[in-house]
Amino acid sequence: MSTKDMMPNFDLFQPSDMGNAFDLLEQYGADAWPLAGGQDSLDWFKDRVKRPVAVIDLAGIPGMNGINETANGIEIGALTTLTEIAESPLIRDSYGVLAEAASRVASPQIRNIGTLGGNICQDVRCWYYRSGIDCYRAGGNTCYADTPEGLNREHCLFEADRCVAVTPSDTAPALVALDATMVIQNTDGMREVAAEDFFIGPDVDIERVTVLEPGDILTSIRIPSTWAGANYYFEKVADRETWDFALVNVAAVLRVSGDTIEGLRVVCGGVQCTPRRLNGVEDIVRGSARDEETIELAAGSAARGATTLNYNGFKIPLMENLVKRAIRDS
Amino acid sequence: MADNPTYKLIGKNFTPPDIEAKVTGASTYSEDFRAEGMAYVKMLLSPMPKCRVRNIDASEALALEGVYGIMTADDVPVFPNPGEQILTNEPNFVGEPILAIAAVDESTAANALELVNVEYEELPFVLDPLESLYPGGPDAYSGGNLVSSLRIEEEDELGDIGVVSHKWTARDFAAVDEGQLPMGQATMDWQYGDLDAAFNDAALVLDETFVTACNSHHSMEPRSAFSYWQNGKCYVHGSTQSQMFVVPGLANLIGITPDELVYISEFCGGGFGSKGGAYAVMALPAHFSRLISRPCMLRITRAEEYYLGSARASFQGRAKLAFNDQGKMTGADIYIVQQGGAKNPFGDFGAAGTMVSLVYTPESMRFRAIPIGTNTTPCGPQRGPGQNQMSAALEPLLDKAANALGIDQLEIRRINASNHETLTGGENRQKVSSSYMLDAIDMAAERFDWSNKFARNGERNGSKVIGVGIGQGYHSAGIAGFDGLMRILPDGKLHIHTGVGNLGTYSYASTSRVAAEVLDMDWDNCVIERGDTSKHLPWTIGQFGSLTTYTMSRANYAAAMDMKQKLQEIAAMDLGGNAEDYDLANETVFNINDPTQSITYAQAAQRALELGGKYSGEDPNGTNPLTQASVAGLAGSGLIGVARDTTPLNEHISAMVATFVMIELDTETGNYEILEFVSSGDCGTVNHPLGLVGQLRGGACMGIGMARSERQIYDPQNGLPGSVGLYQAKPPSYLDVPAFMDVSAVDQPDPTNPMGMKGIGEPPVGAAVGAVLAAVSNALGGYYFNRNPVTSDMILNAASGREQSNSPLQILTQ
Repeated sequence: MSTKDMMPNFDLFQPSDMGNAFDLLEQYGADAWPLAGGQDSLDWFKDRVKRPVAVIDLAGIPGMNGINETANGIEIGALTTLTEIAESPLIRDSYGVLAEAASRVASPQIRNIGTLGGNICQDVRCWYYRSGIDCYRAGGNTCYADTPEGLNREHCLFEADRCVAVTPSDTAPALVALDATMVIQNTDGMREVAAEDFFIGPDVDIERVTVLEPGDILTSIRIPSTWAGANYYFEKVADRETWDFALVNVAAVLRVSGDTIEGLRVVCGGVQCTPRRLNGVEDIVRGSARDEETIELAAGSAARGATTLNYNGFKIPLMENLVKRAIRDS
Repeated sequence: MADNPTYKLIGKNFTPPDIEAKVTGASTYSEDFRAEGMAYVKMLLSPMPKCRVRNIDASEALALEGVYGIMTADDVPVFPNPGEQILTNEPNFVGEPILAIAAVDESTAANALELVNVEYEELPFVLDPLESLYPGGPDAYSGGNLVSSLRIEEEDELGDIGVVSHKWTARDFAAVDEGQLPMGQATMDWQYGDLDAAFNDAALVLDETFVTACNSHHSMEPRSAFSYWQNGKCYVHGSTQSQMFVVPGLANLIGITPDELVYISEFCGGGFGSKGGAYAVMALPAHFSRLISRPCMLRITRAEEYYLGSARASFQGRAKLAFNDQGKMTGADIYIVQQGGAKNPFGDFGAAGTMVSLVYTPESMRFRAIPIGTNTTPCGPQRGPGQNQMSAALEPLLDKAANALGIDQLEIRRINASNHETLTGGENRQKVSSSYMLDAIDMAAERFDWSNKFARNGERNGSKVIGVGIGQGYHSAGIAGFDGLMRILPDGKLHIHTGVGNLGTYSYASTSRVAAEVLDMDWDNCVIERGDTSKHLPWTIGQFGSLTTYTMSRANYAAAMDMKQKLQEIAAMDLGGNAEDYDLANETVFNINDPTQSITYAQAAQRALELGGKYSGEDPNGTNPLTQASVAGLAGSGLIGVARDTTPLNEHISAMVATFVMIELDTETGNYEILEFVSSGDCGTVNHPLGLVGQLRGGACMGIGMARSERQIYDPQNGLPGSVGLYQAKPPSYLDVPAFMDVSAVDQPDPTNPMGMKGIGEPPVGAAVGAVLAAVSNALGGYYFNRNPVTSDMILNAASGREQSNSPLQILTQ
C-alpha cells in the first residue's frame, strides 16, 4: 500500500506574476500542479496518489484576491478565501446564496485557508477513488462504487458514465444558480466560461471535473447583477454540522413579484458529477404563484429521471424536500 | 455537586499538576522527543485484507542514500496466532505492518519503501462473521476463525495453533427467517432462572435482530513511539493510557525483562481503550534501535492510526425479551455474534451479557455469544466495550415494550432498575456492592422534568418533530489487589508514587489525593511521582475499564494506612506509649491523650532513615515484584509507605448512568438537533467533581457519535477500509453535541471502598447513545432501526416510507 500522510518531495514555485506562472505551467505541462489554498491538493500529495513534479503556488500573484464591484455585478478573485466570501457585506447583501454556501463549507479553519477557486475545482470525494484504487477516474478500467456490493451512499443519481462520483462543492451550485462566469487565463489569453459549462461530467472527460486544462489558471469568478438582491435559499444536508461534505445541497435564487415567482434558478450538488441545474423545476415554477400546488409539483419533479444505486435512494426524497424548501422558504 | 463535608480533599476540585503544560503546549508526547543520531522508521502496510508475503526484494531501497536498514517479520519475535504481531509475513487486515525501514528522515524512509518489491499471495478474506460461520465460509485467521481458548468443549482437538475453524450448519441458517440472526453453537452460554416459564407467561414478547457499529477510537495523539538503548536498559517513550501496567507486556514484546525497560509516558493524547496496555507496534522502534544502534522514532500517521489502531467490535445480535404486564423484564434470551477483527478479539461479547443482567435485571436469562474473526482492523476495547453496544441496541427496544404494554417509558426503566441486591449473570453470579441506579434515574428525570418533556414527544412544527428519550449505561467499576507506594522525605513533603497513566481523566492525581486525605497532608506539600518508571512506581491496574478510581483509591488507602502505622510506631518509639496512642493531624503525629507530645512528619522521616528496615524501604514484603523493585530503588530516601490492597472483595462493583435527551428532528432532511441533555450517575462518593463532569460530558459526546455518525466501513469487494481519516470516520463535531449538558451524580458511598468511590468513565457513553437513539425512534412515532448509527439517510428513508438500504444483519456498511 502506498504510504499515507507522507508527502514526497516536489519543486515548489512561488511566482510573483501571472506571466511567470504561465511559463512554469508551460514548462512542466501535465507534471505541474497549480496550488491555491491546498486543502484538497495536500491530501492528494500526502497520500502519494497525485505526484506532481512542480507545484506552482498561486498565492503570490497579484490580482487573484478580493471582491470587487464591476459595472455589471462583482468579480471575486479565485484565491479569495471562503471566510472572506462568507463575511463580505457586499456578498451577504446582494448574493446571499453564495455567502451562505461559503459559510457551510468544511470547518472554520479550512474556510480560513480554502479558496473559492479551490472549492469549485476540487476533485470528487468518492472514497474508492480517494483511496488510490485503480478506478476509471484514476485511469483504470473499473468502478468499484457502481457494483452490486459497492458502498455508494454518497454517489450520484444522475448522468453516471462509468464513474458515479458527485460534485462535493457547496459553492459550485450557488455559482451556477447566480449564473456566474469563470475567468480562465493561459498564455493564449483570457476566456470566460459560464459556470454551468465550467463543470464537466465523466462523459466529457472522466479524469477531470472542470474544463481547465494544463496551462489554464482560473483567475476570477464574475457574478452578474442579474440575481443581486433576489430571494435565495441554500441548504446543505450532511452527516455532521461541520467538516463534512454534502449528501445533497441546494442553491436557489428567485425573483418574486407579488404572489408570482417570475424567475428562478435552482441547482443541486451531491447528485451528479456536476452541479445539477433543475430545469424542470424552474419550468414548473416560473410564472407561477408560490402556493402549495406549485411547491408540491416542483418538489415532485426535482428528482425525475434519477437512477439510484444500492445505498443512495434517500437522495430522492432529500432532493424533493430541499427543492420544496427552496421554493417555499427563499 | 455539593461539597462533601466528611473530607478535606475528597469531593473538592483541585488543579492537577499537568494542566498548565497541557494548556500552554509545554507537554511532551512521545513524538516530541529527539536524540543525537536518531533514525526515523516508516512501515510498509498490507494492501490486502489477507495474504501471504512470498518474497521481499529490498535491494534498491537499501541502496538509497540515507537508509539505515530494514526489518521484516524474520527480525522480530513471533507471538501466538492470532495475536498482534510487530511485523508479519501473513497479514490479515489491510494496514497490518509487513516491514519497516529506518532512515535519516521520514521522507527518505517513505521513498525507500516505494522501492521495496513485495510479492504477495492473495488469500480469501471475510468481513462478515456470519459468512465465516457458514459451512465452507472463509476464515479470517491463519487456520481458523475462533480463538481456541474460547472453543467449545466438544470441539475436536486442534493442536496448539491457537485458533480453530468453527462453522455452523446450513440448517442453523435455514432455521430462521431472512434478516433474523441464526443462532448456531455459541462459545459462551449461560443461563439462570426459568426462561421457558418467563416466555410462556409473558404479557409481551419481543424478538428483535439488531446490529451495532464498528467504530474507531479517534485518539488525537497517534500511537507514536521513540526508543533507544543505554547502559543495558531499553528506553521507550510511548503513548499509552496506563503507565506501570504497560511494563510487563512491553518488555515481553521487546524480549527483555521488566527491569531492563524504562518506560516513559508522561502524557497521552487519548486512548479510549485502544492504548490500555502494551501494543505490538510500539515495540518496533526498540527492535530497530537494537539493530542499527541508533535511537529510533516511529511516528504513526493519522491514516495508520485508523488502519491499525483498533476499533470497537460490531455486534450482530438477537434479543428475545419477555415482559409481564407491569413491564418487568421476566426473561431475556440474548445472542451475540461479535466481529472479532483480525487479531485476538476483546471480550465485548461477555460484557454484553453482564450489562443486560445488571441494567434490566431480568428474572431469568440465557446468554449466548461467539466472537468470530474478520479481516478488519483488530477489535480491541473501546470505552464500554460490549456494554455500550447493548445500550444502543436495547434502550429503544425498552420503549417499544413500554409502548406495547401501555407503560410509561420512565417507569419501565424504574421497574427494571438494579438495586443493592442485584446479581450479575454468568457462571459465577456476584452481588453488586451497591447500586443507586434508581436514584440516578429519578435524579435525572427530575432535572429533565420528564413528565412535561415527554408530553411534548411527537409535537410537530412544520417538518420538525420533538423526540424524547432515555438511555442507560453500565460498566464494572473497580477491582482489588494492586499496590500503593509513597514516601515522606526529611523535608516533610509527601511524595506519592503512582503507576497510574495520564489518560486525560486526572485519576493519577485524584486517586493520589486519597493518600493525602488519610495522612491529613496539605495538598501543596504533596508531590506526585509518575510518568516514568525510573521514578520508581508501584504496580498499578491499567487505566481502563473504569477501574482506576475505585482500585487505586483502595491501593493508595492501603499504602497510606501503612504509612500511618509507621508514623505512629516511630512516634511511640521516641515519645513513649503504644502506636495506637497516636493519631495524625496537620502533618504531625500526636499523642491522643496529650497532643503536646508530637513529632512532625519531617522528623519522622528523618528517624526512618536512622531506623532503616521497613521504615526506609529495605523490606517491601507483600507487594508485586515490580513494586518491590521500586521500593528498593527508593530505599534510604525517606519514610516509606507501601502496601498491597488486600481487603477482601467479593462483590461486583457496578457504576451506571441515566441520560435523558430531547431532540428536534427534521423529517425533511433526516437531521436532528439535541435540544436538551441531562445525565445523572451512580459513581459512589464523588472524588473530583470537575473530573466527573469531564467524564460524564466527554463520554456523552462519544455516545452521541455512536448514535449519529460514527462507523467503520469496509468494501466487501476488496476488504478496503473506508473510514481512515477524521472526516471519513466522523466523530461528532462541537456542533453535533448539545452546547450544554446538565450532569450530576447521586454521590452515595459504596461500602467496599474506603472513601466510597467507584469509577464512571464508561457508562456515560452507553447512556447517551441509548437516549439519543430512543429519542429518534420516539420522534418517528416508534420506528425502530435496530442499528447504530442512525444517519440522516436512514431517517429520511423511514420518514418517506422507503426501504432501508442495509439488510438487517449487514455490518461495516454505510
